[in-house]
Amino acid sequence: MTDILGNDLNMQYSLLLPEILLGVTAFLVVFADLFSKELKIGYRLLPLITVAGLVAALAASLIWADTTSDFAMLVTVDSFTTFFRVLFCIVAIVLVIGAHEYIEAHVNHPGEFFALLLLSTAGASFMAGAQDLLTAYLAVEVLSFSLYIAVSLGRNDPRSGEAALKYVLLGGVASAFLLYGLSFIYGVAGSTQYADISAALGGDLSDVRGSLVLGLVLIVAGLGFKASAVPFHMWTPDAYEGAPIPVTAYLSATSKAATFALLLRWFSGPLLPAIDEWQWMIAVLATATMVLGNLVALQQRNIKRLLAYSSIAQVGFMLMALVGISQITAGGLLAHLGGYLITNLAVFVAVIHFYNRTGKEEITDFKGLAQTNPYLALVMTAGLFSLAGMPLLVGFFTKFILFQTVVEADFLWLVVVAVVASTVSLYYYLQVIKQMYLYQPDGDATRWRLTPTGYLSTGALLAAVVVLGLWGTPLYEVADKAAAALFPVA
Amino acid sequence: MTANDGYVLLALMAVPLGTALLLMLTPSGERSAIVGLTALSSFAMFVMALYVFVRYQFSDDGGIFQGVLAWTWMENVGVLGEKGIQLKVGVDGIGASLVLLTGIVVVPATWVSWKIQDRLKDFFILLYILVAGVFGVFVLTDLFFWFLFYEVALLPMYLLIAVWGSTRKEYGAMKLMMMLMAGSIFIFTAIFALFSHVGAGTFDMETLITAQKSESFQKTFFPLVVIGCGVLGAMFPLHSWSPDGHASAPTAVSMLHAGVLMKVGAFGVLRLGFQMMPQGGEYWAPALVVVGIVAAMYGAISALRQTDMKLLMGFSSVSHMGYVFIGLGTFNSIGWTGAVLQMTAHGLMTALFFLLIGGMYDQSHNRDIPNFSGMAKQMPIWTTFFVLASLASLGLPGLSGFIAEVHIFIGAFRAYPVVGGLAVLTAAITATYLLRMLAQAFFGEMNPRWTGLHEITVMERAGATVLAVAILALGLWPSPWIDRITPSIIHIPGVTL
Repeated sequence: MTDILGNDLNMQYSLLLPEILLGVTAFLVVFADLFSKELKIGYRLLPLITVAGLVAALAASLIWADTTSDFAMLVTVDSFTTFFRVLFCIVAIVLVIGAHEYIEAHVNHPGEFFALLLLSTAGASFMAGAQDLLTAYLAVEVLSFSLYIAVSLGRNDPRSGEAALKYVLLGGVASAFLLYGLSFIYGVAGSTQYADISAALGGDLSDVRGSLVLGLVLIVAGLGFKASAVPFHMWTPDAYEGAPIPVTAYLSATSKAATFALLLRWFSGPLLPAIDEWQWMIAVLATATMVLGNLVALQQRNIKRLLAYSSIAQVGFMLMALVGISQITAGGLLAHLGGYLITNLAVFVAVIHFYNRTGKEEITDFKGLAQTNPYLALVMTAGLFSLAGMPLLVGFFTKFILFQTVVEADFLWLVVVAVVASTVSLYYYLQVIKQMYLYQPDGDATRWRLTPTGYLSTGALLAAVVVLGLWGTPLYEVADKAAAALFPVA
Repeated sequence: MTANDGYVLLALMAVPLGTALLLMLTPSGERSAIVGLTALSSFAMFVMALYVFVRYQFSDDGGIFQGVLAWTWMENVGVLGEKGIQLKVGVDGIGASLVLLTGIVVVPATWVSWKIQDRLKDFFILLYILVAGVFGVFVLTDLFFWFLFYEVALLPMYLLIAVWGSTRKEYGAMKLMMMLMAGSIFIFTAIFALFSHVGAGTFDMETLITAQKSESFQKTFFPLVVIGCGVLGAMFPLHSWSPDGHASAPTAVSMLHAGVLMKVGAFGVLRLGFQMMPQGGEYWAPALVVVGIVAAMYGAISALRQTDMKLLMGFSSVSHMGYVFIGLGTFNSIGWTGAVLQMTAHGLMTALFFLLIGGMYDQSHNRDIPNFSGMAKQMPIWTTFFVLASLASLGLPGLSGFIAEVHIFIGAFRAYPVVGGLAVLTAAITATYLLRMLAQAFFGEMNPRWTGLHEITVMERAGATVLAVAILALGLWPSPWIDRITPSIIHIPGVTL
């Protein structure tokens, strides 16, 4: 097939197999839920179908682990895309396994919930693979719309609806910003294809510099919202607190990672020639995000809000890598992103199981957990210490590498800010650990155990946090390979 | 030392870590299993540390480190080049003597901890992770892993103090943790900058030490290392966590902390500071001397005012660590030898002090010196050890403190005579507060309030004996230490004799 300009287009649909599988599974889940009475299907089948679809998508993603190919110049499948496809599938699998009891008990319409999870995963992987501004924008909206609904699905929790409303209103504004910004870029470059934009921005831009900068500001604001970078973070704590916990986990994991996939694609490709125009914006954003995220986290009482601010702070660290972007910093960023996702999920799955048992989510509710469930306390501690970047855990290694790559890019001052911020973060993580280990549980508390799937999911995550902390080589090698795909050798 | 001895260095980290792992699998109720396992493990650590110390002989041929063994962890990926990050062990004379110090202190620290009733298993898990971190810092020669183990040594401290400590333990623990982590900021920054400046894509210390570094770089980043490691070394004015931390820590943690961990800080100044950035060191050495003498005098004068025995020891430690920094700042080999000797000497006698104070506090729940009087009649063995530790601390010839301080004083007189004079004056103040404590608490009329106190336990006596023997050994026959330390030092560029 050829496009309107007569270029040959590669229409190999099999390249999109993972996303197709995710979409098909989403419909299967909805139908299974819809006809559950007629077909006599229990709730238990829904997570099973979801996990099966995700595993299939994961396997399909690995088929193209070593190829670089594009679909009709709209989506490219290279090691960068594969990196994110695999990551997103793993996140969703772990989340379904770790949270299916919670979803059954505390989420309205579990069938739709699983379908939304699958669709947003598909949207996220399109964000990583897009080669065209419009495809990318559609992918962003697929992800966002799924999440708007998912946030509102909390059962018997008025905060859920409020959070969803806030999220949808601010998210809509951010999308408008983003789209408006993209239209400026199109106006300047005359194309929505990444390759063409890159070529156009490489030329003489003195006439259109104003439009370009305006477009960039709008894009950075729009994506800053999606990534919850300061000062566009205001929705984050409320949405995180109100949403069902698995959705919160998903917001802090896949949604954030997908935004960074997009940022990496854009800033290393089409927008790279205009680096002088956007570098300072990202530097300001990164600094503000690191500082504010960590300082405000100090005052939080609710574990979800604490994790919301902690994830904002993490975004600051990652934005830092975009400032002096190169293959090296991109590799550091991807490694840290992988480590952060695993760690954050470990904490969230632990919180989900704590909530399943107690129905509480204040930090002081965790007191004495080391005595009532020492295993879960250990998972939480390992996760929180890893987020703080403490040694023998994956967080130490990826943070170390990320910071070193940013220093290599000659941004030592940013790293100094980051290291200070990171030390502050230890204080609030320690507050949770203190509750678990130093204080006695309430009088009537007894020892309790997790469900088998609870042990499976937390055990796998804990093992990953520790093993990658001791032997992080595979993670960094994969991340470096993915980063290399962003900077093809000309 | 041969490459095969590198396996012993590796085992120094692996044994405590492995013990911690085995303890995790042991049921909490099995006290005898926990005691047996830790007894075996601490003895093994002592034997290995002694082996490393005995086997290390300086030789001119090889590189800076001996017993070098390396496994590549990660290379040629992203920011890392050839030999990017390696698990690499090796010691020089300084490392070897501090390994021995750690090996000696671990044994009594383990013995006296067996009487802990509450969560004994968890206590030992954390304690042995800390010990693994300390050994790691002394034997690892890759900067990435060095820093990793440095942090491993700090991290367990929070829970060890906050759970098992006394007086204001939560405050003490949090203050200590946050100050030490704030110190890490500086070390972190210096490591990043060093890696980037050398540009070889490797964290291998030997490469970083021998690589060319510009003078301005060294002058800029040397102070960062000193500040970062100085926090852990309780360097004035960054010491304020130390007395509070000591006062609230349980006995074994105080012993390891004052005995060994503070030395990790001073060791960091040597390894990361002077060895990696000698020109920066030469430039900043006078400042270090000033800080050192101020710390020595400030610590000693503050100790004069203390009535809590542990606080007194905390300030006394600040003062003694001040000598270490004076020694380092002299930038001559005799002063430096004295600094490393002082680390060992101070480590041994502070560990003994804290062991004894802990043994008494567990019975009396009181550490206020004015409350005691005539304890020599009630607890003669305890008093004997205490007097020995005090005499070592104030520098009586024949005990460990003397040999170290004499080296530092001579080094200081060579470089800065005024400082040498002040240092001797400080030694006099030290004698004042120690002798006054002895006079008040141990001699004179017996206070009837304490007739119920018993002599310290058998394990505490045994532990005190180990430390006392080491103090005497270093005091009477220091040449094994000096023969190992001095040759390692004179190879640092710019050091005078």
